[in-house]
Order: sequence, then C-alpha cells, then structure tokens
Amino acid sequence: MSRLLPYPILTALLLMMWLLLTSFSAGQFLLGGAVAVGASRAMAALQPSRPRLRRWQLLPKLLGIVTYDILQSNIAVASIILKGSRRKRAPGFVAIPLDLRDKTGLAVLACIVTSTPGTAWVEFAPDTGVLLIHVLDLVDEAEWVSLIKHRYEGLLMEIFE
Amino acid sequence: MTAAILLWAVAAAQTMLAAAMGCSAYRLIRGPRAQDRVLCLDAMYVSAMLLVLTVGIRTGSSIYFEAALIISVLGFVSSIALAKFLMRGEVIE
Amino acid sequence: MNHLEALPTWAALLTAFFLVLGAGLTLIGAIGILRFRSFFERVHAPTLGTSWGTGAILLASTICFSALGSRLIVHEILIGFFITVTTPVTLMLLARAAIYRKRTEGKGEVPPRSLLRLPDRPASTSTPPTV
Repeated sequence: MSRLLPYPILTALLLMMWLLLTSFSAGQFLLGGAVAVGASRAMAALQPSRPRLRRWQLLPKLLGIVTYDILQSNIAVASIILKGSRRKRAPGFVAIPLDLRDKTGLAVLACIVTSTPGTAWVEFAPDTGVLLIHVLDLVDEAEWVSLIKHRYEGLLMEIFE
Repeated sequence: MTAAILLWAVAAAQTMLAAAMGCSAYRLIRGPRAQDRVLCLDAMYVSAMLLVLTVGIRTGSSIYFEAALIISVLGFVSSIALAKFLMRGEVIE
Repeated sequence: MNHLEALPTWAALLTAFFLVLGAGLTLIGAIGILRFRSFFERVHAPTLGTSWGTGAILLASTICFSALGSRLIVHEILIGFFITVTTPVTLMLLARAAIYRKRTEGKGEVPPRSLLRLPDRPASTSTPPTV
C-alpha cells in the first residue's frame, strides 16, 4: 500500500480536484486516478520530509486567529497608506530567536507572517534558529517578538512537534 | 433595481482594479531596482486576475474563472523564475 | 437582461459590497506600491490585494453564484488556495533576492548576516543556509 500510494491524502485530493475541474464520469475518474497516482509517486521521488500533524484539532483555532489578524492588519496597513507621510513611521527589521524546528511548522509560519500585511519574512538561519522579519510600522521591537513567539509559535509547536 | 446596483458595483470594481494595474505599471516603469519591477509585475498579475474574475461575475460564464486560475498559476511561476534569476546573478559572483 | 436580474436583493447587495471592498483594498495596495520609498516597505503593499482583496472578490462571486445556484463554486476555492499559498513564496524569494543584492553592494541599508547568529556561537564560514 505504502509503496503503491506513498501519499494517500495527496492522491485523493488530486483526484478530487481533477473531477471537480472536469466532470464526474467513469472515464474522468480513471484518467484523473492515473494522473493522481503518477503525481504522488513523482512526489515520493523528490523525497520530501514527511509532515506530521500531532494535534490537528488545533488547526481551526490557528485558522481563526490568522484570519482575524490578517483582517486587522489589512485595516492598519490601509490606513498607513492612505494617511501618507503625515505621520512619522519607522519601518525596520526585527530579529526573533525561534524554538520551532519542524519544517512544515516553519513553512506555515512563513506563509502566515508574509501574507499578513505589515510583516514580511526576510531570512531564517536554520543553524541558530534566528528569524529576520521586516515590519512596516515598528513601534516596539519587543512587542513584535512576543507576538510571533506567543501568538503563533506556541500554537504551531503544539500542532507540529 | 438590484441588477442596476450590482452592475454599478461591478463597473466601480473594474475601474478600481484597472487603476491598481495602472499604479503598478507606473512603478514597473519607474522602479529604481530590478526587484521593485518584479514585485510590481506580480502585483499586476494579481490585479489582472481579479479583473478577469469581475468580468466572470458580470457575464456569469465559467470560462473566465478557469482563465483566472491559469493567470494565477502562470503569474506565480514567472515571478518565481524572475526572483530566482535575481538571486542567481549575485550568488555566482 | 441576464442572470444578474434573477439575483435576490440581499445577495445582490452583499455581492456589490464585497466586490467594491476587494477592489478598493487592491487599489490601496497598488497606491502603497506607488508611494512607499524603499523596497522593503513596498513588499508589504501587494499583500493587501492578495489577502482580503482577493478574498472579498472571491466571496462576492461565491455569494452570487450560490444564490443563483447555477454552478459549483470550485474555482473560487481553488483560486483562493493558490493565491494564499503562492504569494508568500514569491514575496519571500523576492525579499531574499533583494537582501542578497543589497549586501553584495554593501550599502549598509540592510542588517548584516551576523545579526542571525546568536552572540554565544562562533560565526561559521560555511555557505549561507537556505530556508
């Protein structure tokens, strides 16, 4: 089973996407199934590290937090852009020491940080675990460090490690 | 009445998205560095995809949504290739 | 005239609201690209359009076509997924490219690599690690 279908969930999702984008019929099922199995075996040939989900029950909580934060920072950044240069702003880099080491967890954190307007992931050093982010409106550096560490990193470590 | 409101909203959204593309295009031409230009190209791709989506809502045809899907995938690949190119030039030196 | 006539009032109003909201956010993001002074400030601007700008317009089309019941909303979900996954990757790569270019020029606008080392560890001379 595991040699024929190395990634059963990926295969199922690919097949579902194929069926949804074309039509539900026996022929499309066979064709999509062949493509999905081939693609998942190609994925296995790339030898990615297997993502592990320890506590998937916490995923909806993470999704809720991220949606709310993105909405809030959308409003913040929109007001910064519209106000223009009337208010003094100090953009800058913040270095954050991370304890999270799981690759999937880091990838999710990178997506969260970058897709939130106002913060951008710049660089990460895997040997020391120091993350460099750029913040559009840097008022208090310690506040951003504690935001990333407590709001996201703790939850991600619970989910992935 | 409701259709009129919706048509006005679609027209307003299309105007705003076209203006967004214009802003990005201006920065694409002016942009001091190559990385600014690639960033603007990416923003233009997203605005164009949203513009195609509004056309899809206006006409109700599903072909526009497939076109938007293709635009988003191609835009991603081209931006990645360009960003990788910018990095490669420096790494080799 | 066309399919939009058949839309109930509440759905039409919601669709109109989300359309204008999404397009407005995208426009504000583009204005940000135009107005910000440095590259690292400009990196923040397009995320307005790709997070809630795209989200609101996809929501509008979901509401519109669900209320009409004319077709499945698969494409909206797929487009939303692609945009949320691909945009951070593009922006991260661009930010890394920009920081490499600035460092090789040595203008000193960006923090040096030594910032990424903990003070009690010796700086290694190996090739820069990739994320």
